[in-house]
Amino acid sequence: METFQKLSAIAAPLLRINIDTDAIIPSREMKRVSKTGLSEGLFAGWRYLEPGSRKPNPEFILNQNPYQDAKILLSGANFGCGSSREHAVWALEEWGIRCIIAPSFGAIFFSNCVRNGILPVVLDHSIVESLASQVTSNPEKNLITVDLSQCSVTTPDGTAHSFSIRPADREMLLQGLDSIAITLKRDADILAFQTQDHHSRPWLYL
Amino acid sequence: MKRTIVEKIWDLHCVADLGDATHLLYIDRIFLHERTGSIALKGLENEQRRVRNPEHVFCTMDHIVDTFPGRTDATTMPGGSEFITTTRAASLAAGINLFDLGDDRQGIVHVVSPEQGIALPGITLVCPDSHTCTLGGLGALAWGIGSTDGEHALATKTLVVKKPALMRVSFDGSLAFGVTAKDMILHLIGQYTAAGGVGFAVEFCGEAIRELSIEARMTLCNMAVEFGAWTGIVAPDEKTFEYVRGRPYAPRTDLWDQAILHWQSLCSDPDAHFDKEIQIDCSDIVPQITWGTSPQHEVGIDGIVPDPKNEPDAHIRQSIERALDYMALEPGTPLEGIPIDAAFIGSCTNSRLSDLRTAAEILKDHRIAPGVKAICVPGSSQVKKAAEAEGLDKIFTAAGFEWRESGCSMCFFAGGESFGNQERVVTSTNRNFENRQGPRTRSHLASPATVAASAIHGCLTDVRKLGNQ
Ligand code: SF4
Repeated sequence: METFQKLSAIAAPLLRINIDTDAIIPSREMKRVSKTGLSEGLFAGWRYLEPGSRKPNPEFILNQNPYQDAKILLSGANFGCGSSREHAVWALEEWGIRCIIAPSFGAIFFSNCVRNGILPVVLDHSIVESLASQVTSNPEKNLITVDLSQCSVTTPDGTAHSFSIRPADREMLLQGLDSIAITLKRDADILAFQTQDHHSRPWLYL
Repeated sequence: MKRTIVEKIWDLHCVADLGDATHLLYIDRIFLHERTGSIALKGLENEQRRVRNPEHVFCTMDHIVDTFPGRTDATTMPGGSEFITTTRAASLAAGINLFDLGDDRQGIVHVVSPEQGIALPGITLVCPDSHTCTLGGLGALAWGIGSTDGEHALATKTLVVKKPALMRVSFDGSLAFGVTAKDMILHLIGQYTAAGGVGFAVEFCGEAIRELSIEARMTLCNMAVEFGAWTGIVAPDEKTFEYVRGRPYAPRTDLWDQAILHWQSLCSDPDAHFDKEIQIDCSDIVPQITWGTSPQHEVGIDGIVPDPKNEPDAHIRQSIERALDYMALEPGTPLEGIPIDAAFIGSCTNSRLSDLRTAAEILKDHRIAPGVKAICVPGSSQVKKAAEAEGLDKIFTAAGFEWRESGCSMCFFAGGESFGNQERVVTSTNRNFENRQGPRTRSHLASPATVAASAIHGCLTDVRKLGNQ
């Protein structure tokens, strides 16, 4: 997993609310048992003119210059709600998105981001809007800077907004840790728990 | 200390406190399906990691498989067979329990797990599928996860989870004729939005909840995730215990009393603290129908399509405009009477035996309207068998419905079968997102009763009026 420390990048505003994971990657674009090869299907329903076609829709923000190079996505509330498909995160990551800033996120999507090196930042609706308006006046120059060690988002005019993220998620992103390896270090605890639990809830042990 | 049911289950499963309200939680059961489970199993294989307790892991084929009679590994979804064969091979290699095609335990994951007694009161159960919250209906703490967390649960029998905030939603009073659990949850989402439950575990309680059957409680909890909640739960009671008794993986007879004793302790203490409380008067709930592309876009069947002009918030206004454009609806149009092209009864929300009975009761001695494509997909092979034993299949087919093999079917569009471009569907499923049931397909979520009544009339129909005829 790629680590996340600090990023200054073009930010693309896609300020719709309730953007669901079906919209981020439609089921029909999850063609194989694989975590890769998904970026082509990212936002397929909006990004291409006809369902199933590959003709870019010029109206869609990620098809426009210079947003094709965006690494940050600004969005409306409840981003990533709906289906648990981790493909949504894999597709965003493969396309090049490293950070998403929104007023709130779907819970499963949020965890999936952290597990895959994408930083989800929760900021107030009004702040996300002001970021969006600063960016759009000159997206190439008006980069947004996200610093995870400082937990801050800095706008082109130098204003810094701090955000909070739980320490475990922050560590995982900063260090690109493998969560299974970390948990397996507690193998003895798990075994002890299981032994005691087997005794108190025997009906669950098949 | 006074504790809620969620806290009681949580505490009992805590392996280690990781600080900052985050715990390493023991996971009792893991369920997989061929769409996301295949990736989790393959991911483990690639890392050369073992499934820690394969006897506690179950897998079914539901998402990608066809639901046509006589189906095989071949799928209408291009490339779908790979999901099936990969899952089969990986399940065998890992030594987990597989309910394969042709196995009479096969079906939609959240229908199968309670049916087989795999989901039980007081357990933790996870699945790489967002509607795992369905099992809250039995009093299980069950939630959807991603594939990476799926690998974590498989390899370690635990998950790292942050304690959610706690919400209690009380449904007071009783439901009127024609109003079901589906209408209760749609009403809640309509009132408090699709993000109303973000960050919360929601306990449903109140008179109306106690009255609900276990299957109806599962319908209610199924859509907790559509409310944005981490999960939903209903405290188990005598009805729950009766439901569980005798199921294949339920506690053995010699351990039954011990299990019951534990289950009886699973309720929120009086005066336990909730971070948020919502009260709903059931007499306010009428049969619900969605008009847009989010479950929060809903009204009573006697309502009208809203006018975005009346919405002060610009973002919400735009989302309404987009939805109306997608759904091809004009503000002010009464929902009742909007012509439909198709009707669908199925999905983990509403495809259990009681749902099929409700629909069949309405369809009996009726024909669906000419030109309407209507499909019924039982939630599991067991449900199908039980329904056929009662002759429900005959009622559905006589009315003009297709009667299918169990699976997710057209609850979602996987690239194969779909309802078609701009077709308008009334559906007992849980998501009316853009393109969910097919490219440009327009979905209206409703209860099975409303779907059946609408299929007969060829338009969105108030099921209560049928009762008065
Ligand atoms: S029936 Fe629909 S919502 Fe339920 S698990 Fe299958 S695809 Fe998901």
